[in-house]
Amino acid sequence: MNRKFTLFNATSLTLGFAFLYLPMLILIIYSFNASKLVTVWAGFSTRWYGELLQNDAFLDAAWVTIKVAAMSSTLAAILGTMAAYVLVRGGRFMGRTLFSGMIYAPLVMPEVITGLSLLLLFISIGLDRGIFTIVLAHTTFSMCFVSVVVSSRLVTFDKSLEEAALDLGCSPLDAFVSVTLPIIAPAVISGWLLAFTLSLDDLVIASFTTGPSATTLPMKIFSSVRLGVSPEINALSTIMISIVTVGVITASLISKRSIARKQGEERTAATVDASAA
Amino acid sequence: MAQPGNKPVFAPWNDPHQKPLIQFKNVTKRFGDFVAIDDLTLDIYAKEFFALLGPSGCGKTTLMRMLAGFENVTRGEILLDGQDIARVPPNKRAVNMMFQSYALFPHLSVANNIAFGLKRSSMPKEKIPARVEEMLRLVHLEQFANRKPHQISGGQRQRVALARSLAKAPKLLLLDEPLGALDKKLRQDTQFELMDIQEKTGTTFVIVTHDQEEAMTVASRVAVMDNGRMIQVDTPDRIYETPNSVYVADFIGDVNLIKGRIESSGGDNYTIQWAEGQAPITAAGPQGLTSGTSCHFAIRPEKVAISAEKPTDRSNALQGKILDIAYLGNVSTYHVELANGQIIKAQVANNRRISRRDMTWDDNVWVSFTDTAGLVLLK
Ligand SMILES: Nc1ncnc2c1ncn2[C@@H]1O[C@H](COP(=O)(O)OP(=O)(O)O)[C@@H](O)[C@H]1O
Ligand SMILES: [Mg+2]
Repeated sequence: MNRKFTLFNATSLTLGFAFLYLPMLILIIYSFNASKLVTVWAGFSTRWYGELLQNDAFLDAAWVTIKVAAMSSTLAAILGTMAAYVLVRGGRFMGRTLFSGMIYAPLVMPEVITGLSLLLLFISIGLDRGIFTIVLAHTTFSMCFVSVVVSSRLVTFDKSLEEAALDLGCSPLDAFVSVTLPIIAPAVISGWLLAFTLSLDDLVIASFTTGPSATTLPMKIFSSVRLGVSPEINALSTIMISIVTVGVITASLISKRSIARKQGEERTAATVDASAA
Repeated sequence: MAQPGNKPVFAPWNDPHQKPLIQFKNVTKRFGDFVAIDDLTLDIYAKEFFALLGPSGCGKTTLMRMLAGFENVTRGEILLDGQDIARVPPNKRAVNMMFQSYALFPHLSVANNIAFGLKRSSMPKEKIPARVEEMLRLVHLEQFANRKPHQISGGQRQRVALARSLAKAPKLLLLDEPLGALDKKLRQDTQFELMDIQEKTGTTFVIVTHDQEEAMTVASRVAVMDNGRMIQVDTPDRIYETPNSVYVADFIGDVNLIKGRIESSGGDNYTIQWAEGQAPITAAGPQGLTSGTSCHFAIRPEKVAISAEKPTDRSNALQGKILDIAYLGNVSTYHVELANGQIIKAQVANNRRISRRDMTWDDNVWVSFTDTAGLVLLK
């Protein structure tokens, strides 16, 4: 294989990354613009970040968003882990293949449809829409992501560890809590972070399932942009980009560490060491 | 194993008053259509060191997993101390298992691995550290108490697994190929260590192995399995000296097998016709075999003598030519080809350092054996 860094490679890389990150870069740069006019550069300033902190509507929306993200990602981590466990470990039961397929469906379902169907559900059971319904909706779609991450960890998990725990007197629940969970924890945490960031930047599903009482940050941004882009929005978006970036990077770092741990484990299981004694 | 003079022989299986610790009663285990254990009946007694021996895939692990409670029984029943254990979940059985892969908990230290079962037993909390200490001493791992499993060697991990499964002082300890991953020297040391620990703790051990030497070394009784069935259950010496079938004779140690037909009998002494133009073999066998029955004559190579002249003191002597000599250090095995192409192996101890090679390739020699040296086998 030719591993030389050619001009062609350099160009594709630049183009690709420019395509991906140029819009965000511009947004971040303009968030530090001193001018009120979004498209005219008038020197560096952090003024809009300051004003943002005075804006109660934005701060409220931010608070709602964080609450929704924290609650829905926690619920999703619990439910997604449970679903993954049953699908990987539950043995054969009726409709297992169907269930495994169905758990992935929301991943590819258009958000508009997920949002609409949830809205119809909430209306038909007479649930008051607000933070609670957004949490439910976000839990629904993000638990699939958690379940995918956790089940890919569980399939490589040495089942004899659980059997050893049972053998030593654990109930099945105790075996899960004291052996399985600590070992798969990195996958669960990484799933949780993923769910958290997904919830943080969701606009469509939140718009469908919210009521007048609750507005999330993406919704707030979207509605204010329709009245014209303000530098404050740029500042806010920059903050969100940073949070999401940190979240995603942490999630992937944790996954990497989880892989390293797994290898350690496999070394433990499959012995052979001539210098032993 | 030789027993010292006045020590009573440990043989509860011969004592009708002894109650077995484990009883398999017509146990069958199926995976779908596949029969892994086929109508198996077996008794194992307290304080036994019981070895399950058989080729890969014959159902040894399945048998263990049924005892530990990880597989249910398709038909028949397993009794532990006279009680059917079918409905008892693994965490409620007084049985512990040492897994083939050791299955140590990677997130816990050596000491916490050993304490894991104790914390879930009725043992008072303040007594646990002392027990862990005791187990660490038993397997010589005191200095490694705080290491994680991936920070110790394979042999040490194997001992942690042993200590962990012994910590709760189970009535029965199951060991699934415990030494499979160790090299030969370490393996032999550990075999003796296991026997020592078994004697010290008085636990009943059931060990799975596919290494016949290991089974013969450690076990009070050996069970030879094939395709989910028990072929023979007996003490190591009897398994070796009086195998009940060609399968067992062939599986344990080296053996010469000669196919033939019983010609005539006098009590439990038989004449076996085995090839045109060859003198019949006279040999002892089970009583009551009728003439005309086809059979195998089995004889171990070390019970066959080899000489240049025809011996006069042995009832069976066959002439042949030396085809091959395998020098193994302590012994040499001569492969002698008889006139009809049958090859007989004769083993000779090299008890002098530089032996005079009075026999060599292509020499005409006699192989001979007494009439009680071999065995007539019907299946
Ligand atoms: N869970 C299972 N499902 C289907 N077949 C199995 C299962 N466990 C074991 N077997 C089959 O049962 C047979 C005996 O397996 P095992 O007891 O592991 O053999 P051994 O330990 O003697 O090598 C093998 O042929 C194996 O393929
Ligand atoms: Mg096995």
